[in-house]
Amino acid sequence: MIKHLPVLVIAIPLLAAIIIPIAGRINRVLSWYIATAVTFICFIISLSLLQTVLNEGRISYWMGGWEPPFGIEYVVDHLTVFVLIIVSFMAFMGTVYAKKSIDNEIGPHRTPIFYAIYLLFVTGLMGIVMTGDIFNIYVFLEITSIAGYTLIAVGKKRQSLVAGFNYLIMGTIGATFILLGIGYLYLMTGTLNIADLANRLPELYQTSAVITAFAILAIGLSIKVALFPVHIWLPNSYTFAPSVISAVMAATATKVGAYAMYRILFTVFTPAFFASLGFQVAHVLLVMAVIAILAGSILAVSQKDIKKMLAYSSVGQIGYIVLGVSLMTVTGLMGSMLHLLNHAVMKGSLFLAVGAVVYRYGITSIEGLRGMGKKMPVTMAAFTIAALSMIGVPLTVGFVSKWYLAVASIKVGMWYLIPVIMISSLLTAVYFWRVIDNIWFKAAEGEEHGHGHAVSTGTKAVEAPLSMLVPTLTVAVLCIVFGVLAFAPASLAEQAAMILLK
Amino acid sequence: MEIVHSSVPLYAVLVSLLAVFLIGVSGRYPNLRESWTLIAALTKFGLVLSMLPIILEGKVIEYHLVTVLPGLDIAFRVDALGITLALTASFLWILTSIYAIGYMRSLNEHAQTRFFMFFALALSAAMGSAFSANIFTLFVFYEIITVSTYPLVAHEENEDALKGARRYLAYLLGTSVFFLLPAIFLTYFYAGTLDFASQGILMGTASNTVIAIIFVLYMAGIAKAGMMPFHLWLPSAMVAPTPVSALLHAVAVVKVGVFTVIRVVLFIFGVDLLAEIGLGTYLAYFASFTIITASIIALRQDNLKLRLAYSTISQLSYIVLAVALLTPSGILSSVMHITIHAFGKITLFFVAGAIYVATHKKFISEMDGIGRQMPFTMGAFTVGALSMIAVPPVAGIVSKWYLTLGAIEADLLPILIVIIASTLLNAAYFLPIVYRAFFKEPASGEVGMKEAPAMVVVPLALTAIGTVVLFFWPNLIMELGKMVVALVV
Repeated sequence: MIKHLPVLVIAIPLLAAIIIPIAGRINRVLSWYIATAVTFICFIISLSLLQTVLNEGRISYWMGGWEPPFGIEYVVDHLTVFVLIIVSFMAFMGTVYAKKSIDNEIGPHRTPIFYAIYLLFVTGLMGIVMTGDIFNIYVFLEITSIAGYTLIAVGKKRQSLVAGFNYLIMGTIGATFILLGIGYLYLMTGTLNIADLANRLPELYQTSAVITAFAILAIGLSIKVALFPVHIWLPNSYTFAPSVISAVMAATATKVGAYAMYRILFTVFTPAFFASLGFQVAHVLLVMAVIAILAGSILAVSQKDIKKMLAYSSVGQIGYIVLGVSLMTVTGLMGSMLHLLNHAVMKGSLFLAVGAVVYRYGITSIEGLRGMGKKMPVTMAAFTIAALSMIGVPLTVGFVSKWYLAVASIKVGMWYLIPVIMISSLLTAVYFWRVIDNIWFKAAEGEEHGHGHAVSTGTKAVEAPLSMLVPTLTVAVLCIVFGVLAFAPASLAEQAAMILLK
Repeated sequence: MEIVHSSVPLYAVLVSLLAVFLIGVSGRYPNLRESWTLIAALTKFGLVLSMLPIILEGKVIEYHLVTVLPGLDIAFRVDALGITLALTASFLWILTSIYAIGYMRSLNEHAQTRFFMFFALALSAAMGSAFSANIFTLFVFYEIITVSTYPLVAHEENEDALKGARRYLAYLLGTSVFFLLPAIFLTYFYAGTLDFASQGILMGTASNTVIAIIFVLYMAGIAKAGMMPFHLWLPSAMVAPTPVSALLHAVAVVKVGVFTVIRVVLFIFGVDLLAEIGLGTYLAYFASFTIITASIIALRQDNLKLRLAYSTISQLSYIVLAVALLTPSGILSSVMHITIHAFGKITLFFVAGAIYVATHKKFISEMDGIGRQMPFTMGAFTVGALSMIAVPPVAGIVSKWYLTLGAIEADLLPILIVIIASTLLNAAYFLPIVYRAFFKEPASGEVGMKEAPAMVVVPLALTAIGTVVLFFWPNLIMELGKMVVALVV
């Protein structure tokens, strides 16, 4: 049983996704119970895999007992468990949160189908992370994406459909590029196993087919991680998706995209490959990352809708993740990986907190958050913690990733990246402080109060239901926990980075 | 140097953090809520005081809390410099708490629970800054102060307050993120450590140009020290209720600023390194510019709190100037001026608040004859003003005396001219207020005593007395200052 954990973490949610619609016919709530149990089990399995990896090192699981490269191999190493835990934890938090939120946003009769698709989405994400086979990555990427289009399109507003459709178009283009790239690699090497590819590719580095494959893969991956300027599917998707989907997608989907990017850049291809190229791929990535960081932050400043602001902020944050990659050093990759975790908890709790406001008041405009601090103090406290973390206040997770990225930049002599990081931190402060001002220091419409008399506004605190409040707070608290005890994820990320750059 | 391991520094930080929660949950019962503030203030002062004998024996107290990342530790180290700031801030918090209760209740202010919560939080962070063992810990608490004082500045929640508070935040957060943090990155990269050391940690690690760049980044990044051109946050912060201006923007926040400057100058760079490159002299002239310019601007302010704010900017630069001289007397003066200026300036702000509580007057031009209505208050004001100008028998002269000696030791005679000029300017913007208050005829109908409530007047009388006491018995702070000098020179 224990031996089969790597495959169970994918098989369980996949099977549950089939069972749920049937169970939903018996009792709608049953579907939620199953989804919660399944995501929780996945999280526990991830923790157990973490323990195994820490104790015994890399796990290689042969699907059906077939020896790779002939059979499909699942690989669990430090990088895998790192991302796996992020995905399974956020998926679990999302399911708990979804109960009330989804009933409210898409109507109770559609919930069983929603949970089925949600589990497919999670299956795909975990599959990408677990598999050691490059074609498998493509398959799971498609599972994730198709489930993702649906999850976005079920949103309450009419724009949800358009957003889902746009995502479908862009996602398909990206996937096609990736498939094409994989095809080229298969043509040249005759293998799809990642480890095997890595062995066979070096002698083919100079061939134009391999270089083309790399270029095509890079474009496809950029679309999937929403790197500026091919981010255009992301803002509307996050804005019009159901609240819980915005949170889970922001916390997991782009992270897994980044994971695929790590694997393809560093395991399939290697730094040696980049060195053999005529021009500096790293520099291209670096420039793209810097543009993404600045453009995302600037676009976020001008938003009036809170969900859209968070979405554009994600575009900027993805820039950080790519920036760490482009430095091609252990410290840079550590910064990038830590930002996967850190951005997942920060953006996750922000979207969850906003979802709670949507649930109670149906508000998504920044103006509409005026006086919300009095109405939903706990939810807004969670929002504020995560916002401070986004700004990069020390002792929160946001500081940790910025620290590594800055130190890595200095180490490779790229001083000029520090002002970029700092400017974007300041822009982050600008757009979040507008929101914080509205939440805590401005009275809601029609509840103006003046100076000179102790005011009891009469607004009673109406918090979100407990099943939404607890996940929101938990994730927000993690922003501080991993900000203070940062050495724990950092040491895991260091191992993972060393594996990638070995 | 002997090291004592003890968790008392941690408790001194945590006690007001605990108070934050207790104040928060007892918001419905104002008397209970305020008693938490007072208990926390007294306990905090007691804890700091309990560490004093150990420090005076020449030992340091260390406590390691947590390692965030390799090289980034949250750790405390109490030495003579740290305890000077901690003693000053925690002692004055007791008086400010009493004053704040009187002030807030007299004006029937809104959101008092939030006010006292964030006040306690800011004090927690001020203690943390004083006890920081490395620049990272100091930075953390420095930022917590910024964020926790924002709700206090924005307290009135009207357009003016929010605008002022935003500017406050923009300056403090902006400079610290844009300059201070990169300076810390570079320090870590070159020195490989962030721990304070008595001879500095950057000697021989980088070229002079790089050292100079790091130095400029630090000085630009520590905007809390109020040096021009990043001083405008302080006048903006004057929209806050007066107890905030008094304790935080005359003592805790700005003193953490100059304290950080002293820490960086002496314990990151070190006297020898700065003297060798000559950066100290540049800093001294830079601070001199602020001293003179801020004084001239103060002359033109009619709003009493704004005049005090510009006076603070000028006085803070005295501390920066003194340490920048890098001579024993200069360093001694900078350490002593932390406490001496704190007592004088808090008195002046208390007075401004008392006038507002009693008469709702904010502008100096309205204050004709106010000394006859409020003799105790304006008497205290006179004492505070004399301390700023540096007239005996008030404490201001003590630190200014050593500053003058320091300038002579450093052989920087132009600095002497700065000191004389600024003394004259100080007199020019403080004495007219005293004259107006006592010797001009009040507007008709304003006769008879009209003092503010006792809870407001007693604290300001006590700080005024404290200012005089520090003139006759400056022994303790002088002893502590000399210990700092012995450590770093």
